Amino acid sequence: MKGLLAMESHGRLRKTSPGRAVAWALLIVFLVVTLFPFYWMVRTAITPAAELFGDNSSLLPAHPTLINFTRVLGLTTEAEARAAGGSGAHLDFARYLMNSVIYCGLIAFVQTFLCALAGYAFARLRFPGRDLTFTLLVSALMVPPIFTLLPNFVLVKQLGWINTMAGMVAPSILMTPFAVFFLRQFFLSIPREVEEAAILDGAGAWGLFWRVAMPMSRGPLITIALTTTVWAWKDFLWPLLVGRGEEHRLVTVALGVFLQQSPNTQPDWTGLMAASTLSVVPVLLLLIFLGKRLVQSLSFTGGK
Amino acid sequence: MARVSKQDDRRVAWWFVAPVLVGFAVFYAYPAIRGAWYSLTDYTMLGSPGFVGAKNYTDLVADGQFWSSLLVTAYYVVLNIASQTILALGLAALMHRLTRSVVLRATLLVPWLVPNVTIGLLWMWLLDTNLGLVNHLLHAIGLGPVGFFTDAHWAMPTVAGINTWAYTGYTALLLYAGMLQIPQHLYESAAIDGAGEVRMFARITVPLLRPVLALVLVVSLIGSFQIFDTVAVTTKGGPVSATRVIYFYIYQQAFTYFHMGYAAAAAVFLALILGVFTFLQLRLLRASRSDLA
Repeated sequence: MKGLLAMESHGRLRKTSPGRAVAWALLIVFLVVTLFPFYWMVRTAITPAAELFGDNSSLLPAHPTLINFTRVLGLTTEAEARAAGGSGAHLDFARYLMNSVIYCGLIAFVQTFLCALAGYAFARLRFPGRDLTFTLLVSALMVPPIFTLLPNFVLVKQLGWINTMAGMVAPSILMTPFAVFFLRQFFLSIPREVEEAAILDGAGAWGLFWRVAMPMSRGPLITIALTTTVWAWKDFLWPLLVGRGEEHRLVTVALGVFLQQSPNTQPDWTGLMAASTLSVVPVLLLLIFLGKRLVQSLSFTGGK
Repeated sequence: MARVSKQDDRRVAWWFVAPVLVGFAVFYAYPAIRGAWYSLTDYTMLGSPGFVGAKNYTDLVADGQFWSSLLVTAYYVVLNIASQTILALGLAALMHRLTRSVVLRATLLVPWLVPNVTIGLLWMWLLDTNLGLVNHLLHAIGLGPVGFFTDAHWAMPTVAGINTWAYTGYTALLLYAGMLQIPQHLYESAAIDGAGEVRMFARITVPLLRPVLALVLVVSLIGSFQIFDTVAVTTKGGPVSATRVIYFYIYQQAFTYFHMGYAAAAAVFLALILGVFTFLQLRLLRASRSDLA
């Protein structure tokens, strides 16, 4: 990784030329196209519903308002919400956001920890059947999610876990084959000598894992935890099937339900855009605080 | 040297792998077997599954809607992969030759971070036939309105375009990471020889990027075969069946009509298609790992 970053600083296209200007212009076009829909989302979210039909050419609406946010967060009365263009259906986006945060946090932490444990055992401990078990585990990478989704739904239903957090996190919280595979790679690369010093100090397998291997693999661990968080935040189909109920509904599912409640002829666009904005804020915060980490992470997981 | 005894290793190791093995057994292995079994039954989630042999499979082969959903998926995959790969390659090359700004890269990653449901909503609004900004702009230059989601000809290109918008930045970052592995001196000596940027791109970047490009292509391919969220939010498979992709078809069979056995058979079919690509991916992953390590 260090070598990689060092390499970046050499031999860039430094000279000034017309070609360079064109290249920068293209890059800026990419940026604008990437960001403009988000700007439009926020702009709509702060527009009073009645103004949607008017002139939309200015940077900000004529009478910016926060009413759309307060009503989708369930902070206004039903009458106020209706007056502001809502359907009057009860909305409690604050709760859905919290559910999503809990869902992502649970999966990211527990899954990363358990996959690290197993990855460590597969990399550094000797036990009969190790290689066979590992191969079997990695073979799960070959099974596409839709194939296990149907029977998993039946299973969770039979367990009585529909509309519970347990049912929502069950299939992914214990492991994902990719994380085990990925973390094992890093544990394999820890030098023996480092471990031997700890062994002299009397560390057992747990001590070696927790005191030596884990701190040394902080980068890959954060990588897995971060990408897991992002994927969990985006999850839709499984939480839709298992957590459709009001109480455990995630943000993505709530957006879908909100859209359905919105009349087809005249969707509640200002409310939908306010809710959409809220669904972006948490991952945006993640990007702002951990963006560099995340960008580097992607470079070395090579996609998942 | 007081190496932890092998005896110790054995006992502890099983504790280390136990949770993951439980997860594997209960939520991967067992459902895979159960799914294969369902595909041979008339299971409807009520009562117990009755064995029907290969009936679901023969029905599938005769089911025009199933084939149309595969065709629609193929159309989506071609549209999406082509546009996304070409744009991402261009974007990565621009970044590679111009700047290593992390802020820029992080910004390009934003659409990838956002749930597909949000993205679907966002574009439904931008492309709305009556009030959408895009149709406003089209109107201003004397065109439209275009029913992006309601016109059978436009619906699929629209969905493909939305996902291209969402994933191009992400794909570009993966390709950019691959480009960083290309030895810089190749560009330097090419520049001394008077080669222009286009020539360097064609003669150095693309050929040396080939293993990474292949991997990214296969990963994107597997991903786009499984498109669901965007369709579920924006078009629900319509108009008529213009965007009813295979994943959505399976979902409908299972959870709208409760044809669990039939859906499972269709899932087996999709698994076989994806299996080919996944096998390819694992081989490429191994190959690129030895290259890049």
